[in-house]
Amino acid sequence: MSTIQPIAAQDDQHPDVALVAQVRAGEAAAYDTLVRKYERQIFRIAQHITQNREDAEDVMQDAFLKAYEKLDQFQGNSKFYTWLVRIAVNESLMRLRKRRTGKLVSMDEDVQTDEGSVPRDFADWAPNPEQNYTQAELAEILKKTIQGLPQGFRVVFVLRDVDGLSTEETAETLGLSVPAVKSRLLRARLQLRERLTRYFGRKAPAIAQAAAAPSGDGAEA
Amino acid sequence: MTCTEFLAILDDVLDESIAVETRTEIEAHLRKCGHCEVVLNTTRKTIEIFRCHEIYEVPTEVSERLHVKIMERCKKVK
Repeated sequence: MSTIQPIAAQDDQHPDVALVAQVRAGEAAAYDTLVRKYERQIFRIAQHITQNREDAEDVMQDAFLKAYEKLDQFQGNSKFYTWLVRIAVNESLMRLRKRRTGKLVSMDEDVQTDEGSVPRDFADWAPNPEQNYTQAELAEILKKTIQGLPQGFRVVFVLRDVDGLSTEETAETLGLSVPAVKSRLLRARLQLRERLTRYFGRKAPAIAQAAAAPSGDGAEA
Repeated sequence: MTCTEFLAILDDVLDESIAVETRTEIEAHLRKCGHCEVVLNTTRKTIEIFRCHEIYEVPTEVSERLHVKIMERCKKVK
């Protein structure tokens, strides 16, 4: 087997590389482009960690400003986005620490549990069950569902499944091992599935329904 | 394949990073195990729903404030 590794073509480089180079060359507008590109994701991750809107707004601002000031330290051997997320995660944890008056805050909180690692509810879902709810109702359900996860699971799920980072990038960003990310991701996915089944699961079979009074929508809050 | 074995590789199944030979075993298991089939389909749907619905939108005024602040700081640092 050949041991020669293909050399990545110059053209294959991530578009952020050019933007970062422009910022380093003094083009402030290029940084604004990067901010516009990633503000949604940074706000989302900050909101998921701090669970507080004001804190998330502050974290977003601080993370972008800090990244700008530290741009010289960005080595370029990781993606600009994962480097930025790492700053935002640290800023979010610092914000939580302040809120909890210095109490230790880490990504390992509440993860030493086997809760939810085995599926229990096997009710199938209706096709496109989210269509049974308004956008506002659905947003509320999703918020409530994901907020119930331990922080260390929630953040892994958001980075990996919502933001689309790879397992390796998620591990690097959070300072976790790849097996730790994998284990948290599986449990996050299973717990979210279990919780959403309460809303999206098909209703009980006809026998059980016939016994129930014909009132309400039967959905468990 | 048992349900426990299926669960152990559920993430790889969801991420479509499964070897061809294992895929055949999985399909055989799913044909006879309704529970695992439900778990697979509903977990896949769970990910899709969270991916497609933004639950935390950046308020427009917050975004505008951020851009003003960033541009101010960029000028200062320069």
